[in-house]
Amino acid sequence: MHELSVTESILNIVLKHAQTNKAEKVLTIGLKIGELSELVGECIQHYFDYLSKGTIAEGAKLDIERSPIIFRCNECQNTFQVSLSDTKDFTCPQCHGVKVTLTSGREFYIKDITIS
Amino acid sequence: MADIRLIEIKEDILSDNKDLADEIRGNLKRHKVFMLNLMASPGGGKTSLIVNTVRSMKDKFRIGVIEGDIDSVVDAETVVKEGVPAVQLKTGGFCHLDASMIKMALDEMDLINLDLIMIENIGNLVCPAEFDTGANKQAMILSVPEGDDKPLKYPLMFSICDVLIVNKIDYMGIADFDMDVLKERVFKLNPKIKIIEVSCKTGEGIVTWTRWLADEINICMRSAKS
Repeated sequence: MHELSVTESILNIVLKHAQTNKAEKVLTIGLKIGELSELVGECIQHYFDYLSKGTIAEGAKLDIERSPIIFRCNECQNTFQVSLSDTKDFTCPQCHGVKVTLTSGREFYIKDITIS
Repeated sequence: MADIRLIEIKEDILSDNKDLADEIRGNLKRHKVFMLNLMASPGGGKTSLIVNTVRSMKDKFRIGVIEGDIDSVVDAETVVKEGVPAVQLKTGGFCHLDASMIKMALDEMDLINLDLIMIENIGNLVCPAEFDTGANKQAMILSVPEGDDKPLKYPLMFSICDVLIVNKIDYMGIADFDMDVLKERVFKLNPKIKIIEVSCKTGEGIVTWTRWLADEINICMRSAKS
Protein backbone atom coordinates (compact mmCIF):
# COMPACT_ATOMS: atom_id res chain seq x y z
CA MET A 1 0.00 0.00 0.00
CA HIS A 2 2.49 2.65 1.03
CA GLU A 3 5.24 0.77 -0.72
CA LEU A 4 5.01 3.47 -3.43
CA SER A 5 6.12 6.33 -1.17
CA VAL A 6 8.92 4.31 0.45
CA THR A 7 10.06 3.23 -3.01
CA GLU A 8 10.33 6.91 -3.96
CA SER A 9 12.58 7.42 -0.93
CA ILE A 10 14.69 4.42 -1.90
CA LEU A 11 15.13 5.73 -5.45
CA ASN A 12 16.10 9.22 -4.24
CA ILE A 13 18.72 7.87 -1.82
CA VAL A 14 20.11 5.45 -4.42
CA LEU A 15 20.40 8.13 -7.12
CA LYS A 16 22.07 10.50 -4.65
CA HIS A 17 24.78 7.93 -3.82
CA ALA A 18 25.10 6.80 -7.43
CA GLN A 19 25.75 10.39 -8.46
CA THR A 20 28.31 10.94 -5.67
CA ASN A 21 30.14 7.84 -6.85
CA LYS A 22 29.92 8.83 -10.53
CA ALA A 23 27.97 5.75 -11.53
CA GLU A 24 26.77 5.12 -15.06
CA LYS A 25 24.35 2.43 -14.02
CA VAL A 26 22.92 1.03 -10.80
CA LEU A 27 22.83 -2.77 -10.98
CA THR A 28 21.58 -3.98 -7.62
CA ILE A 29 20.25 -2.43 -4.41
CA GLY A 30 20.62 -4.26 -1.11
CA LEU A 31 17.79 -3.53 1.34
CA LYS A 32 17.38 -4.63 4.92
CA ILE A 33 13.76 -4.75 6.10
CA GLY A 34 12.82 -5.99 9.56
CA GLU A 35 10.19 -8.69 9.86
CA LEU A 36 7.98 -6.51 12.02
CA SER A 37 7.53 -4.20 9.05
CA GLU A 38 4.48 -5.06 6.99
CA LEU A 39 5.99 -3.84 3.71
CA VAL A 40 5.86 -6.34 0.84
CA GLY A 41 9.11 -6.89 -1.10
CA GLU A 42 7.50 -7.78 -4.43
CA CYS A 43 5.48 -4.55 -4.35
CA ILE A 44 8.61 -2.50 -3.74
CA GLN A 45 10.37 -4.11 -6.76
CA HIS A 46 7.28 -3.53 -8.88
CA TYR A 47 7.03 0.15 -7.95
CA PHE A 48 10.79 0.56 -8.28
CA ASP A 49 10.71 -0.77 -11.86
CA TYR A 50 8.07 1.83 -12.65
CA LEU A 51 9.61 4.82 -10.87
CA SER A 52 13.18 4.22 -12.01
CA LYS A 53 12.38 4.35 -15.74
CA GLY A 54 14.62 6.87 -17.48
CA THR A 55 17.09 7.04 -14.58
CA ILE A 56 20.43 5.25 -14.22
CA ALA A 57 18.72 2.94 -11.72
CA GLU A 58 16.32 1.58 -14.35
CA GLY A 59 16.37 -2.21 -14.31
CA ALA A 60 18.20 -2.45 -10.97
CA LYS A 61 17.36 -5.55 -8.96
CA LEU A 62 16.34 -5.21 -5.33
CA ASP A 63 17.95 -7.72 -3.03
CA ILE A 64 15.82 -7.71 0.12
CA GLU A 65 17.13 -9.24 3.33
CA ARG A 66 14.47 -9.59 6.04
CA SER A 67 16.02 -9.18 9.45
CA PRO A 68 14.59 -11.36 12.21
CA ILE A 69 12.65 -10.15 15.23
CA ILE A 70 15.04 -10.43 18.16
CA PHE A 71 14.42 -9.37 21.73
CA ARG A 72 16.77 -9.06 24.69
CA CYS A 73 15.27 -9.80 28.08
CA ASN A 74 15.87 -6.86 30.46
CA GLU A 75 15.79 -9.24 33.40
CA CYS A 76 18.03 -12.19 32.47
CA GLN A 77 19.74 -10.69 29.35
CA ASN A 78 18.70 -13.72 27.29
CA THR A 79 18.27 -12.93 23.60
CA PHE A 80 15.55 -14.73 21.72
CA GLN A 81 14.10 -14.70 18.24
CA VAL A 82 10.38 -14.55 17.52
CA SER A 83 8.58 -15.63 14.37
CA LEU A 84 5.28 -13.81 14.00
CA SER A 85 3.72 -16.72 12.18
CA ASP A 86 4.39 -18.98 15.20
CA THR A 87 3.61 -16.70 18.10
CA LYS A 88 2.43 -13.32 19.27
CA ASP A 89 4.15 -13.81 22.61
CA PHE A 90 7.04 -11.47 23.23
CA THR A 91 7.85 -12.66 26.77
CA CYS A 92 11.24 -14.23 27.60
CA PRO A 93 11.21 -18.02 27.06
CA GLN A 94 13.97 -18.46 29.63
CA CYS A 95 12.73 -16.55 32.68
CA HIS A 96 9.20 -15.62 31.45
CA GLY A 97 10.10 -11.97 32.07
CA VAL A 98 7.87 -9.41 30.41
CA LYS A 99 10.37 -6.54 30.27
CA VAL A 100 12.02 -7.04 26.91
CA THR A 101 13.81 -4.73 24.47
CA LEU A 102 13.50 -5.12 20.70
CA THR A 103 17.03 -5.25 19.24
CA SER A 104 16.16 -6.24 15.67
CA GLY A 105 13.05 -6.40 13.50
CA ARG A 106 12.03 -2.83 12.75
CA GLU A 107 14.92 -1.86 10.47
CA PHE A 108 14.36 -0.36 7.08
CA TYR A 109 17.53 0.73 5.36
CA ILE A 110 19.55 0.56 2.18
CA LYS A 111 22.61 -1.59 2.85
CA ASP A 112 24.50 -1.07 -0.37
CA ILE A 113 24.31 -0.69 -4.14
CA THR A 114 26.39 -2.16 -6.92
CA ILE A 115 27.16 0.25 -9.74
CA SER A 116 29.15 0.35 -12.93
CA MET B 1 33.67 -4.15 -19.49
CA ALA B 2 32.93 -1.41 -16.96
CA ASP B 3 34.05 -1.96 -13.36
CA ILE B 4 31.36 -3.14 -10.98
CA ARG B 5 31.68 -1.45 -7.62
CA LEU B 6 29.92 -2.19 -4.35
CA ILE B 7 29.05 0.99 -2.45
CA GLU B 8 28.06 0.68 1.19
CA ILE B 9 25.24 3.01 2.11
CA LYS B 10 23.50 1.96 5.33
CA GLU B 11 20.97 4.79 5.11
CA ASP B 12 17.60 4.59 6.80
CA ILE B 13 14.82 4.81 4.22
CA LEU B 14 12.46 6.54 6.60
CA SER B 15 15.18 8.81 8.05
CA ASP B 16 13.62 11.90 6.44
CA ASN B 17 10.35 11.21 8.24
CA LYS B 18 12.08 10.43 11.53
CA ASP B 19 14.20 13.60 11.36
CA LEU B 20 11.15 15.74 10.63
CA ALA B 21 9.20 14.04 13.43
CA ASP B 22 12.01 14.87 15.87
CA GLU B 23 12.00 18.45 14.62
CA ILE B 24 8.25 18.62 15.22
CA ARG B 25 8.70 17.31 18.77
CA GLY B 26 11.37 19.96 19.39
CA ASN B 27 9.07 22.70 18.12
CA LEU B 28 6.16 21.49 20.24
CA LYS B 29 8.41 21.38 23.31
CA ARG B 30 9.47 24.98 22.74
CA HIS B 31 5.81 25.96 22.59
CA LYS B 32 4.94 23.70 25.56
CA VAL B 33 2.37 21.73 23.53
CA PHE B 34 1.63 18.03 24.02
CA MET B 35 0.60 16.06 20.93
CA LEU B 36 -1.20 12.71 20.92
CA ASN B 37 -1.49 10.45 17.85
CA LEU B 38 -4.81 8.56 17.95
CA MET B 39 -5.19 5.48 15.74
CA ALA B 40 -7.91 2.87 15.20
CA SER B 41 -9.92 1.02 12.57
CA PRO B 42 -12.63 2.97 10.75
CA GLY B 43 -15.62 3.22 13.10
CA GLY B 44 -13.57 2.34 16.19
CA GLY B 45 -14.51 5.60 17.88
CA LYS B 46 -11.69 8.06 17.24
CA THR B 47 -13.91 11.07 16.59
CA SER B 48 -16.24 10.12 19.46
CA LEU B 49 -13.31 9.86 21.84
CA ILE B 50 -11.97 13.23 20.69
CA VAL B 51 -15.41 14.81 21.20
CA ASN B 52 -15.67 13.26 24.70
CA THR B 53 -12.15 14.44 25.51
CA VAL B 54 -12.79 17.97 24.32
CA ARG B 55 -16.02 18.22 26.31
CA SER B 56 -14.30 17.04 29.49
CA MET B 57 -11.01 18.90 29.17
CA LYS B 58 -11.48 22.14 27.24
CA ASP B 59 -11.98 24.14 30.44
CA LYS B 60 -8.54 23.10 31.72
CA PHE B 61 -6.53 22.77 28.50
CA ARG B 62 -6.51 24.67 25.22
CA ILE B 63 -7.10 21.96 22.62
CA GLY B 64 -6.56 21.75 18.88
CA VAL B 65 -7.29 18.80 16.60
CA ILE B 66 -5.69 17.57 13.37
CA GLU B 67 -8.13 15.43 11.41
CA GLY B 68 -6.76 12.98 8.84
CA ASP B 69 -9.05 11.40 6.27
CA ILE B 70 -8.76 10.21 2.71
CA ASP B 71 -11.65 12.50 1.85
CA SER B 72 -14.38 14.61 3.49
CA VAL B 73 -14.42 17.32 6.15
CA VAL B 74 -17.10 15.59 8.25
CA ASP B 75 -14.84 14.88 11.23
CA ALA B 76 -13.31 18.37 11.38
CA GLU B 77 -16.80 19.88 11.29
CA THR B 78 -17.89 17.63 14.17
CA VAL B 79 -14.93 18.73 16.27
CA VAL B 80 -15.23 22.42 15.47
CA LYS B 81 -18.84 22.31 16.75
CA GLU B 82 -17.36 21.50 20.18
CA GLY B 83 -15.61 24.87 20.15
CA VAL B 84 -12.01 23.94 19.39
CA PRO B 85 -9.92 24.63 16.29
CA ALA B 86 -9.43 21.77 13.84
CA VAL B 87 -7.34 21.37 10.72
CA GLN B 88 -8.58 18.79 8.21
CA LEU B 89 -5.94 16.95 6.19
CA LYS B 90 -7.36 15.24 3.11
CA THR B 91 -4.84 12.70 1.92
CA GLY B 92 -6.59 11.73 -1.31
CA GLY B 93 -5.85 8.02 -0.96
CA PHE B 94 -2.77 8.04 1.25
CA CYS B 95 -3.36 5.47 3.98
CA HIS B 96 -1.56 7.08 6.92
CA LEU B 97 -0.37 10.46 8.17
CA ASP B 98 3.34 11.18 8.22
CA ALA B 99 5.51 13.93 9.70
CA SER B 100 5.41 16.13 6.59
CA MET B 101 1.60 16.20 6.63
CA ILE B 102 1.50 16.92 10.35
CA LYS B 103 3.98 19.76 9.85
CA MET B 104 1.67 21.28 7.21
CA ALA B 105 -1.22 21.10 9.67
CA LEU B 106 0.82 22.55 12.54
CA ASP B 107 1.81 25.50 10.36
CA GLU B 108 -1.92 26.38 10.28
CA MET B 109 -2.26 26.23 14.06
CA ASP B 110 -1.59 28.83 16.74
CA LEU B 111 0.84 26.81 18.89
CA ILE B 112 1.37 29.67 21.36
CA ASN B 113 -2.26 29.35 22.41
CA LEU B 114 -2.53 25.56 22.61
CA ASP B 115 -1.69 23.00 25.31
CA LEU B 116 -2.92 19.79 23.66
CA ILE B 117 -3.13 18.69 20.03
CA MET B 118 -4.90 15.46 19.17
CA ILE B 119 -4.22 13.84 15.80
CA GLU B 120 -7.04 11.70 14.49
CA ASN B 121 -5.08 9.43 12.15
CA ILE B 122 -6.55 7.61 9.13
CA GLY B 123 -8.83 4.69 10.06
CA ASN B 124 -6.34 1.86 9.60
CA LEU B 125 -4.60 -0.60 11.95
CA VAL B 126 -1.70 -1.28 9.59
CA CYS B 127 0.16 1.67 8.11
CA PRO B 128 -0.09 4.42 10.75
CA ALA B 129 1.98 2.26 13.12
CA GLU B 130 5.00 2.58 10.79
CA PHE B 131 5.11 6.38 10.50
CA ASP B 132 6.24 8.74 13.26
CA THR B 133 4.00 11.82 13.27
CA GLY B 134 6.09 13.77 15.77
CA ALA B 135 3.58 13.04 18.56
CA ASN B 136 4.65 12.65 22.18
CA LYS B 137 2.46 9.61 22.84
CA GLN B 138 0.72 6.97 20.69
CA ALA B 139 -2.84 5.92 21.46
CA MET B 140 -5.04 3.34 19.80
CA ILE B 141 -8.67 2.38 20.14
CA LEU B 142 -9.97 -1.16 19.82
CA SER B 143 -13.75 -1.41 19.97
CA VAL B 144 -15.43 -4.46 21.52
CA PRO B 145 -17.35 -5.48 18.35
CA GLU B 146 -14.02 -5.77 16.47
CA GLY B 147 -13.06 -8.77 18.58
CA ASP B 148 -10.32 -9.78 21.00
CA ASP B 149 -8.12 -11.41 18.31
CA LYS B 150 -6.86 -8.12 16.84
CA PRO B 151 -3.54 -8.18 18.77
CA LEU B 152 -2.79 -11.46 16.96
CA LYS B 153 -3.52 -9.89 13.57
CA TYR B 154 -1.93 -6.47 14.04
CA PRO B 155 1.01 -6.98 16.41
CA LEU B 156 2.98 -3.91 15.34
CA MET B 157 0.17 -1.47 16.12
CA PHE B 158 -0.40 -2.91 19.60
CA SER B 159 3.32 -3.06 20.34
CA ILE B 160 4.07 0.61 19.56
CA CYS B 161 1.25 2.22 21.53
CA ASP B 162 1.52 3.80 24.99
CA VAL B 163 -2.19 3.42 25.69
CA LEU B 164 -5.00 1.20 24.41
CA ILE B 165 -8.54 2.45 24.81
CA VAL B 166 -11.05 -0.38 24.62
CA ASN B 167 -14.20 1.39 23.42
CA LYS B 168 -17.84 0.31 23.17
CA ILE B 169 -17.75 -1.67 26.42
CA ASP B 170 -21.52 -1.26 26.36
CA TYR B 171 -21.36 -4.11 23.82
CA MET B 172 -19.84 -6.53 26.35
CA GLY B 173 -22.24 -9.44 26.68
CA ILE B 174 -23.58 -8.89 23.16
CA ALA B 175 -20.32 -9.21 21.23
CA ASP B 176 -18.07 -12.28 21.36
CA PHE B 177 -15.29 -10.59 23.33
CA ASP B 178 -13.27 -11.76 26.33
CA MET B 179 -11.59 -8.81 28.08
CA ASP B 180 -9.17 -11.02 30.04
CA VAL B 181 -8.04 -12.79 26.85
CA LEU B 182 -7.58 -9.44 25.11
CA LYS B 183 -5.46 -8.06 27.96
CA GLU B 184 -3.32 -11.17 28.09
CA ARG B 185 -2.67 -10.97 24.33
CA VAL B 186 -1.89 -7.26 24.48
CA PHE B 187 0.43 -7.45 27.52
CA LYS B 188 2.43 -10.22 25.85
CA LEU B 189 3.16 -7.85 22.95
CA ASN B 190 3.55 -4.73 25.07
CA PRO B 191 3.85 -5.15 28.86
CA LYS B 192 4.11 -1.40 29.50
CA ILE B 193 0.90 -0.41 27.70
CA LYS B 194 -1.91 1.21 29.71
CA ILE B 195 -5.36 -0.27 28.97
CA ILE B 196 -8.44 1.87 29.62
CA GLU B 197 -12.01 0.57 29.15
CA VAL B 198 -14.55 3.14 27.98
CA SER B 199 -17.85 3.68 26.30
CA CYS B 200 -17.95 6.94 24.35
CA LYS B 201 -21.70 6.43 24.10
CA THR B 202 -22.51 6.08 27.81
CA GLY B 203 -19.50 8.01 29.12
CA GLU B 204 -18.28 5.12 31.27
CA GLY B 205 -14.49 5.19 31.79
CA ILE B 206 -13.98 8.58 30.14
CA VAL B 207 -12.82 10.08 33.46
CA THR B 208 -10.05 7.46 33.68
CA TRP B 209 -9.01 8.31 30.14
CA THR B 210 -8.95 12.08 30.66
CA ARG B 211 -7.08 11.66 33.94
CA TRP B 212 -4.37 9.64 32.12
CA LEU B 213 -4.18 12.25 29.37
CA ALA B 214 -4.02 15.17 31.81
CA ASP B 215 -1.18 13.44 33.70
CA GLU B 216 0.74 12.96 30.45
CA ILE B 217 0.24 16.60 29.46
CA ASN B 218 1.47 17.79 32.88
CA ILE B 219 4.54 15.52 32.76
CA CYS B 220 5.34 16.94 29.32
CA MET B 221 4.86 20.55 30.47
CA ARG B 222 7.13 20.02 33.48
CA SER B 223 9.90 18.59 31.31
CA ALA B 224 9.47 21.40 28.76
CA LYS B 225 9.95 24.01 31.49
CA SER B 226 13.18 22.41 32.79
